[in-house]
Amino acid sequence: MRVQEIANVLNAQWLCGEDCASMQVSTAFASDMMSDVLAFVQEDTVLLTGLINSQAVRTAEMLDLPCLVFVRGKNPHQDAIERARALGIAALLTPYSMFEACGRLYMAGLQPVRLGEDDD
Amino acid sequence: MIKETYPVKAGDMTAAGDVSARIKRQMKQLGISAPIMRRISVCTYEAEINLVIHSLGGELTFEIMPGKILVCARDRGPGIADIDKAMTEGWSTASNEVRNMGFGAGMGLPNMKRNADEFSITSQVGVGTEISMGFLI
Ligand SMILES: Nc1ncnc2c1ncn2[C@@H]1O[C@H](COP(=O)(O)OP(=O)(O)O)[C@@H](O)[C@H]1O
Ligand SMILES: [Mg+2]
Repeated sequence: MRVQEIANVLNAQWLCGEDCASMQVSTAFASDMMSDVLAFVQEDTVLLTGLINSQAVRTAEMLDLPCLVFVRGKNPHQDAIERARALGIAALLTPYSMFEACGRLYMAGLQPVRLGEDDD
Repeated sequence: MIKETYPVKAGDMTAAGDVSARIKRQMKQLGISAPIMRRISVCTYEAEINLVIHSLGGELTFEIMPGKILVCARDRGPGIADIDKAMTEGWSTASNEVRNMGFGAGMGLPNMKRNADEFSITSQVGVGTEISMGFLI
């Protein structure tokens, strides 16, 4: 699924990274715990999170993730947005709750990250 | 060959990740392959976060050798009393404040061990902890 479709499905506002609109992601992962993200995620994944500080962006940076979605309409800290912008990572803000955002993406065909499989 | 040492301050969550980001940029410039770079980045980041949230301060060392990259995290204490426990997935002494910042799931050390080709940890209470990770390139 293209990042633009994710934005559409989630009725999301672009905070930065519009250049990534046509990038493809095949899986999604949702967590507020960054170590869980670091443990399970592969690179073509969109990360949904309620964590609004810059560690969410740092985590995306370390994993080469193209897109981050902040849920519940909770605006991330300004330094987090600036960091995402500088790195060329798309940051989206959806009004939906974590559950609803995940549900909508799942119904639209996005796949979960397969746990317990090596990513290399 | 390259060997760089970067200090990491205790308690400074806003700067946490800066050293890992710097190491990642360096690896990119050197043309390290993306999958290996990701594994190393996960390890440097988890190690850096641990220095910030658990230690009294320390340093990260990044070294490129023939066929191998070595990452070391060293700190000045407080040390780990029970390493087996610390290596258990989900075991954490992190504060609620740290959890609210997205860390403290007790997955950091297991993540490092899983992603590194070679992993060793030694620790002495009151002295400090040293983690050494090797990655074949
Ligand atoms: N550098 C360190 N100095 C002292 N204690 C540490 C250090 N690194 C890890 N620990 C201890 O090991 C536990 C597990 O670490 P880790 O797996 O990274 O999980 P987390 O950081 O989420 O707590 C920590 O909660 C802490 O008690
Ligand atoms: Mg940790």
